Amino acid sequence: MKRKTQFFTLLMVISLLTYNVLAIQRFPKPEFESGYKVPATQVTKIQPVIFVYIDLLVFIGCMSLITWLVLKKRSRKAVFWLSLFSLLYFGFYRKGCICPVGSVQNVALAIFNPEYNIHFTAVAFFIIPLGFTLFFGRTFCAGVCPLGALQDLFAFRPVSLKPWIRYLLGLIPFLYLGLAVLFAATGTDFIVCRYDPFVGFFRHNATWLMFSIGGALLLAGVFIARPYCRFLCPYGVLLNLVSRVSRRHLSIAPATCINCRLCENVCPYDAIDKPTGLGVKNDNRELVKKLIIYFFITPVLVVLCGWTVSKYHEDFAHVNFKVRLAQEMMTIDSKSETAVIPTEVTTFRSSGQMVENLYKEAAAIVKRFYIGSWIMGGFIGLVFGLTLARLTIFRYRNEYLANKGNCLSCARCLEYCPVKKGPGTGD
Amino acid sequence: MDDDKKIKRRDFINTGIRLGIGAGLGAIAIGLTTRSVSGETIWQLDPSKCVQCGNCAKSCVLQTSAVKCVHVTDMCGYCDLCSGYLHQGTKDLNTAAENRLCPTGAIVRTYVEEPYFEYKIVEELCNGCGKCVKGCGSFGNGSLQLQIQQKLCVNCNQCAIARTCPAEAFSRVDRKTPYLLKGFEG
Repeated sequence: MKRKTQFFTLLMVISLLTYNVLAIQRFPKPEFESGYKVPATQVTKIQPVIFVYIDLLVFIGCMSLITWLVLKKRSRKAVFWLSLFSLLYFGFYRKGCICPVGSVQNVALAIFNPEYNIHFTAVAFFIIPLGFTLFFGRTFCAGVCPLGALQDLFAFRPVSLKPWIRYLLGLIPFLYLGLAVLFAATGTDFIVCRYDPFVGFFRHNATWLMFSIGGALLLAGVFIARPYCRFLCPYGVLLNLVSRVSRRHLSIAPATCINCRLCENVCPYDAIDKPTGLGVKNDNRELVKKLIIYFFITPVLVVLCGWTVSKYHEDFAHVNFKVRLAQEMMTIDSKSETAVIPTEVTTFRSSGQMVENLYKEAAAIVKRFYIGSWIMGGFIGLVFGLTLARLTIFRYRNEYLANKGNCLSCARCLEYCPVKKGPGTGD
Repeated sequence: MDDDKKIKRRDFINTGIRLGIGAGLGAIAIGLTTRSVSGETIWQLDPSKCVQCGNCAKSCVLQTSAVKCVHVTDMCGYCDLCSGYLHQGTKDLNTAAENRLCPTGAIVRTYVEEPYFEYKIVEELCNGCGKCVKGCGSFGNGSLQLQIQQKLCVNCNQCAIARTCPAEAFSRVDRKTPYLLKGFEG
């Protein structure tokens, strides 16, 4: 009796084992008679982790060096060579994919989605330029950002733009930032990376559409210097805001400005504020009245823009894969079976997941988009309101000053200043 | 005198805002780094989820995709009638172009001994379309599998193929285990 049980157990185990083998391997590996040896599976090796830390060290080194060059050494030539190095290293060598501009999205996703594990280099690349800007102005833009360095090479014949055009185009980056954060925070897409116009040049590889957008921006950059930095870059928005309260900043004159007007037209980015005339100061009353009006208009704008943008939350949500899949499932369920079934749907059906769970998940994502689009719209409204209000604020200046927000610290103007450094020489 | 006071007030406000921003940045930095992952992650696709839709060949930011067919030789049956190498229903079992499944001719077949053949992927020619993977998986052992060849991958912040993958097979994996091959030993 005992032996019989043993035999049956053995038989069962063997049959289970062979069944398993057959299930995975329909055709067993042959036993070769000619002494042939099975070659190893070909997979390529990955770069060791140490490169990530080298990148971070090079980045911090470049940031420190550029800050010193702009603020202390005051040399345009040195800034140019460092920006060229950054272009070659971060752009063409590292293929442009460790960049603070895109890190905005990683940070946004990490803040809104606790399940997302952000790598600390992404945090570092986000924080370090902002930290430097907080103390020294936008030195990152001057010579570390590879996107900026590439455009800077093309600024041959910069023309001065009318202030109203600059203000109007200057609103685009806020919109772009809002969209980028909305899509990143809902875990949908990283649009800043997807529509990065210059990364294709760094990789020598892109779709013709992205190449032509990048090429068009570079060509436009011959006349409108650094168009991406000024009128698109979402990270530039943050740098601009932070730079306005920076502790120190590039100063055109090393000592007191003598109002010689030599630097007046040299800034390719229209970031030099001229001295104000003395007479303008008298219409203060009119401006204060306007400021009060804008103060009341701003909340209305916030609500209005929030409501407008939230009307489109379903269109935004449609970018999300899960939402799109759920929608496709619904339309196919309601239609006859003869319709062409997309691959996503067949894949989902064969994966054996529950449709109800998918619908639930999609509904949750759409709701997040609804809230997110309200916030984004409100943010845009606030930017509109504050931009209007800022037009009324008048600041008296008796010297040529770099506009702390818009100045990219490229150091071009420094060469034109005849004032010599040192106490007493300027006065 | 009046102007001096104004400048001082402005400086005071600026310093206040600066401290606020500094504190905010510090909070973000500390909050996120304590949660962040220790090891660097890279993109890889899970062959057990892959449905060979062909998007890998089209969606990668590189013009020739970083996704390639990988031949797990340990699983291969060395068949003469290889459903990953030959079209379904070919009359003659030879290397004529009309019989071959791979659109770029990236699979090389060499004779080992009767009746076995060795199959090798020429990585430069492979475009990651997954036709051979589908063929091998449906009639053979499934030893042909799609994988991101990590040397080619530029490790985008958001993988462009992951965005279009219908099976959600792409994910970030630990750098220490860069490949997710099925039935792969050693």
